[in-house]
Amino acid sequence: MHPIRKKRLTIVLVLLAGVSVAVALTTYALRQNINLFYDPSQIAEGEAPVDVRIRAGGMVEEGSVLRDPESLKVEFKVTDFTSSVLVEYTGILPDLFAEGQGVVAMGRLDENGRFVADQVLAKHDENYMPPEVNEALEKAAGKRAAMSGAESDAAASY
Amino acid sequence: MWQIFHKLGSPKWFFGIASTLMPWLLWAGVAMLAVGIGWGLAFAPQDYLQGNSYRIIFIHVPSAFLAQSVYIMMAVAGLVTLVWRMKLADVFVKSVAPVGAVLTFLALFTGAVWGKPTWGTWWIWDARLTSMLILLFLYFGVIALGAAISDEKSSARAVAVLVLVGVVNIPIIKYSVEWWNTLHQPATFKLTEKPSMPPEMWVPLLLSVLGLYLIFGWLACLRMQTEILAREGRTRWVKELVQAQGN
Repeated sequence: MHPIRKKRLTIVLVLLAGVSVAVALTTYALRQNINLFYDPSQIAEGEAPVDVRIRAGGMVEEGSVLRDPESLKVEFKVTDFTSSVLVEYTGILPDLFAEGQGVVAMGRLDENGRFVADQVLAKHDENYMPPEVNEALEKAAGKRAAMSGAESDAAASY
Repeated sequence: MWQIFHKLGSPKWFFGIASTLMPWLLWAGVAMLAVGIGWGLAFAPQDYLQGNSYRIIFIHVPSAFLAQSVYIMMAVAGLVTLVWRMKLADVFVKSVAPVGAVLTFLALFTGAVWGKPTWGTWWIWDARLTSMLILLFLYFGVIALGAAISDEKSSARAVAVLVLVGVVNIPIIKYSVEWWNTLHQPATFKLTEKPSMPPEMWVPLLLSVLGLYLIFGWLACLRMQTEILAREGRTRWVKELVQAQGN
């Protein structure tokens, strides 16, 4: 390669490396602001500020959704399977909202550790499948649960 | 090897090659895209959670994919401009930047349309969406900077530097969903693992991505030919070509 071209190539590569390092350091310093939400463990450890508008995200805990029959008020627990946080929300939930689904709620954390949300968004995961496959999977899971249930019943009768 | 490389830089040689390639790229691309999108929109099964609304991925994923690939190609061309001062590399950058911008816009727009029913919002400032918006502004910047400097050589160098600086954004887009908490889901397709999607969904998706690549190739050739004719209008081979076409 021609020496001038070699020199130019070096300059360009050094420029690129410099920019990458600068951007890496900036995003590293801003990581808490780039993260869209706090997860329940961070809230439990007290990392999330109280009474400041923040987002909390995680899975809706199975069997934790309580709907007020008189109004649109809903209460549910958001969990990351280590800790969970109680979320209170009044309003219309997105279609994908369900127990076991991911959500991101925006609102304030009060002193008692309750999260009062004014917006709840559903977080979709990267898995796609046809409904029949899902039914088959659930059926198989149900069968397995029934079998293990029967086994424990059998064990209990002895 | 270097000889082929330098031959590639000759606008006249490229013009001829592009003319022979273009019909193939166009027809193969249109066929694949038609099959991919037709299959995806009409025949692929529904998703168990989202129902039919997930079908927008057959447009969203190809355009988002291409939007980033086009930028990487532009960055390689920018490197060639800066190191080897090859005119054709600059022709490529200037010709495809608007195409890339349109693809990025399409990805953002289809994403918003999908986000409203699925997430419950059109837009959220999470890392993936924001870095994609930055990509759109980078494309706008490249187009504007290229048009703002009238001297061909300084324009080429300035644009190449901007494109190369901006390429840092590409890994950020790719890994934003892994490095930070985002609302956007992680990638369904990974190089090392099986896609978390059945084949009757990912095959049409793959076809539409490949089809869009080919159509992009055709569009790039077409736009580059136009740009070459505009730039080389005074050379003998262009005059001869135009005369031959006129007869």
